[in-house]
Amino acid sequence: MLKRIFAAALALAIPFTPVQAQEKVLKAVMHADVRVIDPMWTTQTIANIHGMLVYDTLFGNDAQMKPQPQMVGKYDISPDKLTYTFTLRDGLKFGDGTPVTTKDVIASLKRWGRKDGVGIRLMSFVDKLEAVDDKTFRMVLTKPYGMVLESLGKTNSSVAVIMREKEAMTDPQQQVKESIGSGPFNFAKDQWVPGSKAVYVKNPHYVPRPGNEPPSSFAGTKFAGVDRIELQWISDPQTAMSALINGEIDFFEAPSIDFLPILEKAKGVKLMKTGTLDSTHGMIRLNHLHPPFDNPKARQAMYHLINQEDFLRAIVGNPAYYRVCHGLITCGSPLANDGGSAMLKDYNPKKALQLLKEAGYKGEPITILQATDHVTITPATQVLIQAMREAGINVDAQAMDWGSVVSRRAKKDPPAQGGWNIFVTTTGGVGSANPVLHTWIGAACGKGLFGWPCDAKIEELRNAFAFAQSDEERKKIATELQTRAIEQVVYIPFGQWTVPLAYRADRIEGIVPNTGLAVLWNIKKK
Amino acid sequence: MTAYIVRRLFATLPVMAVVAIFVFFLIRFAPGDPAAIIAGEDATAEAIAQVRAKLGLDRPFMEQFVIWILQMMQGDLGVSIFSNLPVSRLIVQRLEPTVALTLSTLFVAVALAIPIGVLAAWKARKLVDRLVMGFAVLGFAMPVFVLAYILIYFFAVQWQLLPVQGYRPIAEGLWPFVESLILPSVALGVTYMALIARITRASMLEVLAQDYIRTANAKGLATDRVLLLHALKNAAVPIVTVIGIGIALLISGVVITETVFNIPGLGRLTVDAVLKRDYPVVQGLILVFAAAKVLVNLIIDISYAFLDPRIRY
Repeated sequence: MLKRIFAAALALAIPFTPVQAQEKVLKAVMHADVRVIDPMWTTQTIANIHGMLVYDTLFGNDAQMKPQPQMVGKYDISPDKLTYTFTLRDGLKFGDGTPVTTKDVIASLKRWGRKDGVGIRLMSFVDKLEAVDDKTFRMVLTKPYGMVLESLGKTNSSVAVIMREKEAMTDPQQQVKESIGSGPFNFAKDQWVPGSKAVYVKNPHYVPRPGNEPPSSFAGTKFAGVDRIELQWISDPQTAMSALINGEIDFFEAPSIDFLPILEKAKGVKLMKTGTLDSTHGMIRLNHLHPPFDNPKARQAMYHLINQEDFLRAIVGNPAYYRVCHGLITCGSPLANDGGSAMLKDYNPKKALQLLKEAGYKGEPITILQATDHVTITPATQVLIQAMREAGINVDAQAMDWGSVVSRRAKKDPPAQGGWNIFVTTTGGVGSANPVLHTWIGAACGKGLFGWPCDAKIEELRNAFAFAQSDEERKKIATELQTRAIEQVVYIPFGQWTVPLAYRADRIEGIVPNTGLAVLWNIKKK
Repeated sequence: MTAYIVRRLFATLPVMAVVAIFVFFLIRFAPGDPAAIIAGEDATAEAIAQVRAKLGLDRPFMEQFVIWILQMMQGDLGVSIFSNLPVSRLIVQRLEPTVALTLSTLFVAVALAIPIGVLAAWKARKLVDRLVMGFAVLGFAMPVFVLAYILIYFFAVQWQLLPVQGYRPIAEGLWPFVESLILPSVALGVTYMALIARITRASMLEVLAQDYIRTANAKGLATDRVLLLHALKNAAVPIVTVIGIGIALLISGVVITETVFNIPGLGRLTVDAVLKRDYPVVQGLILVFAAAKVLVNLIIDISYAFLDPRIRY
């Protein structure tokens, strides 16, 4: 009543403003703002969320991580598993109305194959990628690589989206200037305010998969359930929570853990787990290039400092949303196993210091890159620093914002000359569930990820996994790989967790759960 | 006066040049690498280096500086490293919310602070004065974000009178525009209200003790004429100075308010650009802020001549 009186009083003094035609608008607040519109150029999750609204993929991995055709209508694999022939579905068109042809597909795959780690690996086994006609193309391999369809349907970073040939010819090290795909929505670039709002309107040319297949992660029939999606960026989590409670937004991808009890009680609001796997996997990365962690014994000593519960309580708090996981392959995933996990279960700080000394550690400062502005990495780093200090280790904690950590961790110099010994980070639960997609488990020396673990056996096992021809064989290799990676300490896990998304159940329905990368198709307004 | 204005405008050029040099090198000496942020979590050092090379960030500082200065001389502020959009477009997009918030805050602050400051001076050392000064102390002491959350809780979440967040441009209608600015303006305005009220009171007390005020009272002039016509006009110079400082502070200092109320203004753009190390955006913004400060100071200086006939340039 008060609001009406207030508005009426002002309305009397204010000229009438025209009412816009009502359209169904989904207002969503994601974990970050859309600043980059090229999902191949960056591995940022938000760029992929944007990408999956605008673009489509040849295949989409379902919730069980099995690839299912999406843009592809039919496909054939030769008996020697060296030739894959794909035929696109009928009538596929880009948002500008032009038809999707194999020229677009081949150019897109080549671009993706020069930028994304998984794509690079796939393309290293591709002998020929050739068009048969406008709708059919062939991929000829040099070896029977077993991850072709999984790679094309991957759901974590740098998804293999199909662009127009014009944009796909852009150097993969440069961002495309237009974002026009054949996905369910068109990107309204003219309404884009980077750092504030990205707008998507229904793509009138989009052709969903026929048959009304039930949606499952990236697979199944997907459609635009609303006329318009507005991805708003509200950087303050409390404001975003209040906006959801007040009905100003419909969907909140990453509410702060602290606010979950309030959201659970809020009228019209529901929380939802984002998928079958946990979305995030915590890890402590040691620098293998410099003492003391150039010695495997010193690296293994660090296992004894880690009580995962301490980290998870500090980050998440509520056990309903976290899980202790003594493995490097995501617990709860089909390939999760116990290989090497015994080493991770022996929490004993005194033993840690003793083993470090035996490995030649004489009390030199150990440089930790301490992020100060990250919602999960900051508390995890604080727990680690405390655990190390309590054990008697000389810690040089260098506080900096996350942007500086990201920059500094790329330096290979000794810690005293601007390098580092330890940083804490996280990775996605979906990627960590597959040894090929899980780049942090790799040990490719200088060409690998920061910390630069170096072990030929690990790389051999990752390659072998990619050529495995049965689930049993994959599981066996995954177990061997995890055992070896734990021995070498590619990283130290400190558990996994999921932050549920929050939405207005009284206003929207049809959310498709997907771990790690929110998808906004199929959502309808009530 | 015209010659003075022209002289002052020319004097801004070296100021802007110093600001440009300072900002360019300061941000590059700061830790952080936009290429690493763009490349993302799972990028290798090699991939980051490729991005850096494509962005031209691997070139020597001086070369980058010369390129930027040459661009600037052609009126080009550059392109955002992340969004690939011109910096000028990003700034124009964000200008309206910040200007609207600044003006509405000033309106709220000045419209309320000057009367209560005058009232406090008129009723000096009485209950009204103590209440006004108590409010001023509270206004100073209360952090903007605390007040903002309190306002949001009551006016938006509990009573649902006003929106929690967001900005509606005036093109979408006057009421949505006003509605989106009420809470942020009040939250931000309280500090300035307190500041202006205190200065008004102090300045008025000084003027009210002057002989000509005693003469005006002795002549039997009405109290309102004495206060508003004789005293306030002569007390205006320090008040206008504080308002001017307030404008300059507001333009560049609305970050917290813009963040809490999710207003897509220049303050948030600055913070986001700094955190992401979006060099061209930071450089462009700092120059705009510097120009705004110089301009506001000039306007304030000119206004002195109108308020006090003794001041001539």
